[in-house]
Amino acid sequence: MSQPSPSPFVASQLAAALPQSGVAWLDAARRENLDAFVAAGLPDARTEAWKYTALRALAQRSYAAGDAQARAVDPAALALPGVAGPRLVFVNGVYRADLSRADALPAGVSLQPLARALRTEAEPLRFALARRYREDGDAFARLNAALAADGAVLRVAPGAAPAQPVHLVFVGAPAEGDVAWHVRNVVELGEGAALTLVEHHLASGAQAHFATLAADFVLRDGARLRQLTVQDAAEGATLVRHTGLQLGARAAARLHVLELGGSLVRHDLRALLAGDGARLDTRGVFALRGRQHADTQMAIRHQARGTASDSVWRGVADQRARGVFRGAIVVAPGADGSDAALSNKNLLLSAQAEIDTKPELEIYADEVKAAHGATVGQLDERALFYLRSRGIPQAQARAMLTVAFCEAVLADLDLPALREHLAALLAARLPGGAA
Amino acid sequence: MLKIENLHARVEGKDILKGLTLAVNAGEVHAIMGPNGAGKSTLGNVLAGREGYEVTAGSVTFDGVDLLALEPEERAAAGVFLAFQYPVEIPGVNNTYFLRAALNAQRKARGEPELDSMQFLKLVREKLKVMRISDELLHRAVNEGFSGGEKKRNEIFQMAVLEPKLAILDETDSGLDIDALKQVAEGVNALRSPERSFLVVTHYQRLLDYIVPDFVHVLADGRIVESGDKSLALKLEAHGYAWVAEHGEPAGAGA
Repeated sequence: MSQPSPSPFVASQLAAALPQSGVAWLDAARRENLDAFVAAGLPDARTEAWKYTALRALAQRSYAAGDAQARAVDPAALALPGVAGPRLVFVNGVYRADLSRADALPAGVSLQPLARALRTEAEPLRFALARRYREDGDAFARLNAALAADGAVLRVAPGAAPAQPVHLVFVGAPAEGDVAWHVRNVVELGEGAALTLVEHHLASGAQAHFATLAADFVLRDGARLRQLTVQDAAEGATLVRHTGLQLGARAAARLHVLELGGSLVRHDLRALLAGDGARLDTRGVFALRGRQHADTQMAIRHQARGTASDSVWRGVADQRARGVFRGAIVVAPGADGSDAALSNKNLLLSAQAEIDTKPELEIYADEVKAAHGATVGQLDERALFYLRSRGIPQAQARAMLTVAFCEAVLADLDLPALREHLAALLAARLPGGAA
Repeated sequence: MLKIENLHARVEGKDILKGLTLAVNAGEVHAIMGPNGAGKSTLGNVLAGREGYEVTAGSVTFDGVDLLALEPEERAAAGVFLAFQYPVEIPGVNNTYFLRAALNAQRKARGEPELDSMQFLKLVREKLKVMRISDELLHRAVNEGFSGGEKKRNEIFQMAVLEPKLAILDETDSGLDIDALKQVAEGVNALRSPERSFLVVTHYQRLLDYIVPDFVHVLADGRIVESGDKSLALKLEAHGYAWVAEHGEPAGAGA
């Protein structure tokens, strides 16, 4: 019996040459992950993690590997207010020194493109990059592990606390055809280090590209991470991201995620609270319209005593858009005295929009405080009438209430200039907004 | 200013207003009293344009315009204001931002220039002083976590800023203790003027000790069955609404 022939998508990715690092363990891992990807193909709805996100249309598409051209990108478009520190820029997955700002790094910060880091000292990256992905539904993690040749390697020395946020920018730019690219980030915060990191996806023109980004964050004991993701990818883009976090004792991470752009967007966020007293706060929102599809799969594992997680996620879907949120929290045996809270509220603005939400909570420890809730609803008619009765036209009243619905996501972002900018960006993308 | 003729309205398939007729002239304060279920709140909601209130017969003209043909926001811009019996909490919408958006939307609809934030702030400070409201309320979300009294005072404060021609107070006294009631009444009295009319809808006579009406109407079973001056309210207080049923006759226009 012969294998079924691979889908056009798998075939197009197979046509890519595996990046050659000259590092034996890495080249072997890349080969094995690619083989696993080809053997399993793309997951379908029978895989729980892909139940609400169909890949049939993607399977029929082809994407050329990478983009050889240096595309023109307006540097002004990359700027974010209050984010003036080191910056690495990747355009269609290719590192662009001309757009980056990585020469005068603050004390204790090491930041370089992955390809360069592999040439100079590959061994510290072995733990992150030698992984084999074995789970059902790991197709894109495998693909990324096989094909990602570049990305950002960022380390903050123990006790260091750079004042300025580090800015990682991923730009999709128009190319001759539909291109695929894969980026891999590795971030490590030493003991007691503190860092603000902005992961910024944006488009330079409409582009139906396919991209994966995998990022690992390791926070040593007492480290503090503030991470913002602004996903404003090109209309028509398919973007699959994996974010892995591991927190040591008393480490704290605070994430804000804005999903605004793209056509098909998937984010797997997995966090391990590995050390006693570790704390994770996540805030996120997707604002979808047209036929956009966004799927966030968050999995938090409380592994140690006295760990805490607080997750606040909002979803807004208009027109024929579809949103998916899964928040799975596990409090493992022995993680006594932990505290896990999850709130996921969703707003449907049209009869054709759909949002599926699934909060899951599994507790195997003692003295655990846990609360979780998920809702899907419509705008409050009473509030709408109240605003209109004061003279605010219906469209404006709806826009005000929609923005207000998402307010909790950015409320505690303590970078005022950036918060204001992101709130305006979000408001503009919500129905009734300017863009 | 306001002319309601033979108004019939239905809510959820049930006839509530059954031929209500009332005329309010500029500068007049009319009290609408009546037992529970008489249609008092329905009247306010129909005038403000709330969805789900179906007008099946009759007419309402406001300054010569067919009020019922207007959207709620158009009625507001025309000068109609409803102080809600149950003001709605709107988390995430700042009170000041809301009020400025409302005022500017109304001004824009009327072809008047919008106020910039400095001009608006100046206006708000003046009104705060008159209403004796702490500006702390302004920084909070609309009505969110407000006490009952704060909510009602916030309604009156909005009225002060928006300066309507016709203010409908829908059971503004409900849920208020006597001190809060006096404060709200003071706020309303400060806004009385020859150009502004009030329709004060209430179950109890108590509020009318503080907001003294020019006319009192008794609403029962969807119609005005008795009209008089402020002494009518006192009679009602003394005898109860059953007295009207026995002695009252369906009355016509307000005056």
